[in-house]
Amino acid sequence: MGIIKTDKLVFEYIRRDEEGNVEGITRAVDEVDLDVKQGDFVAILGHNGSGKSTLAKHINAILYPTEGTVWVDGMDTKNENDIWNIRQEAGMVFQNPDNQIIGQVVEEDVGFGPENMGVPTEEIWQRVEESLKAVGMYQYRKYSPNKLSGGQKQRVSIAGVIAMHPKCIILDEPTAMLDPNGRKEVVRAVRALNDVEGITVVLITHYMEEIIHADRVFVMDKGRIAMQGTPREIFSQVERLKELRLDVPQVTLLAYELQKSGIDLPDGILTVEELTQALLVIQK
Amino acid sequence: MSLILDHVDYVYGGDTALAVHALKDVELVIPDGQFIGLIGHTGSGKSTLVQHLNGLIKPTGGTIYFNGEDIHAQDYDKKKLRSKVGLVFQYPEHQLFEIDVFSDVCFGPKNLGLTKQETELRAYAALKQVGLEDEYFYQSPFDLSGGQKRRVAIAGVLAMKPEVLILDEPTAGLDPKGRDEILDQIAKLKEETGITVILVSHSMEDVAKYVERIIVMNQGSVLFDDVPKEVFQHFRKLEEVGLAAPQVTYIMQELREKGLPVRTDATTIVEAKQEILRVLGKSYT
Repeated sequence: MGIIKTDKLVFEYIRRDEEGNVEGITRAVDEVDLDVKQGDFVAILGHNGSGKSTLAKHINAILYPTEGTVWVDGMDTKNENDIWNIRQEAGMVFQNPDNQIIGQVVEEDVGFGPENMGVPTEEIWQRVEESLKAVGMYQYRKYSPNKLSGGQKQRVSIAGVIAMHPKCIILDEPTAMLDPNGRKEVVRAVRALNDVEGITVVLITHYMEEIIHADRVFVMDKGRIAMQGTPREIFSQVERLKELRLDVPQVTLLAYELQKSGIDLPDGILTVEELTQALLVIQK
Repeated sequence: MSLILDHVDYVYGGDTALAVHALKDVELVIPDGQFIGLIGHTGSGKSTLVQHLNGLIKPTGGTIYFNGEDIHAQDYDKKKLRSKVGLVFQYPEHQLFEIDVFSDVCFGPKNLGLTKQETELRAYAALKQVGLEDEYFYQSPFDLSGGQKRRVAIAGVLAMKPEVLILDEPTAGLDPKGRDEILDQIAKLKEETGITVILVSHSMEDVAKYVERIIVMNQGSVLFDDVPKEVFQHFRKLEEVGLAAPQVTYIMQELREKGLPVRTDATTIVEAKQEILRVLGKSYT
């Protein structure tokens, strides 16, 4: 069994009007089967309201399944005795960095998680140092978080999660509020965690360029998994993605448009280099 | 009819050790009917700048003129200015509060002291302008999707009939289709009404696709102010200040470096496609 596994996961909630009367039931996640291997980099795409965030919140037991089961590292999230172990193994990073930082000084903020777990003081400082180095924020350890840029704050949030030594980290649109440079910094930090530290990554995003290096991509629609595959397999299906209110990276779209005009290019080009190579071959 | 910023300076915390020079000698002319993109990294002064445009912040030096009048003159009517220069903040859907969509959009014009009939006509027109279907008018704004809520919030500003519409990252957090829908709607609105639009954005691709002029802010000063093609030619400088060019600009650069003789000033997919086809076509013959 993988580090994260769901079996026919269903999540329903009851809609109520202002007087509290039941208006109906919404099925936000509908029979999702997911199996993520330790060390994988997994991306989840989907339009607003497709169920991605609801699914993600099941992985660290913020939400519990209405039907079906979620296991994190073999632990069933419905088992209350395991809840703190699960939350320590599966850390979560949200969209707005300002909602996640509580410390007055960067290093205190990062130490908050391990301190709550009862880690000995000596080791807390060690973990703070390692975590800040892993996201490239060590030189800012004495700064006040409100002096940092968005991308820097978000990297501090990530350091706060990895200081708890999780096996996997779930990022729910971590770059939505950042400028281009901030986005680059965060994506680079996340890839390094995956490559160097071997932490399993689940990245939810609306920026298609961020996931071209993922091992596996899941596309959600109406609570179900509508597509899954490698980035190349997914981004080869430009029209299907557009139907699902999504997009492809600009380079992929350009290659697709050139194909339509009769240029003989392979499907699912993902990088500038690939397109350049292919076009140079054609030119000769 | 225009906005003019004449040597505008803004310093906050001026009498403390932590003084920050947020705007430095900003000189801008914003004529009627332009579609302008305002870009800059977090903390570059974009938001401070836009808050000056409708008088929310008073400059510590220099003058701002709207239609020829100094907006901080003693007898200047600020209320009127704010109805003429509409500002849509980031995540504007957080400001929705009424019991239904229609009442929410009526709130602005009602406060301008318009008659009930005029208020409702304006609210109706504004909701049509943002492309919201009638079936949603009497629903709670909180039951709508993210993209719909945002459109309601924009309609709330449009109902004031502004001459200048400023949008601070109107597409943050929306899915790609939602992004395109909102921006297409704004472009259409600009076409139909001739309103001036200032779009604050972190998406270089969106800016390249929609606007006719880009203002780049860096450390409180205007770094570039030109048409997109010219601005994105400075992509290395843009990277130094935390920005970037659209991915197509990099594609064209790479192609040229590797020996495909394309012009490198394409900033949109359509332009890039035409240019590549032109060059390949020539080399085929």
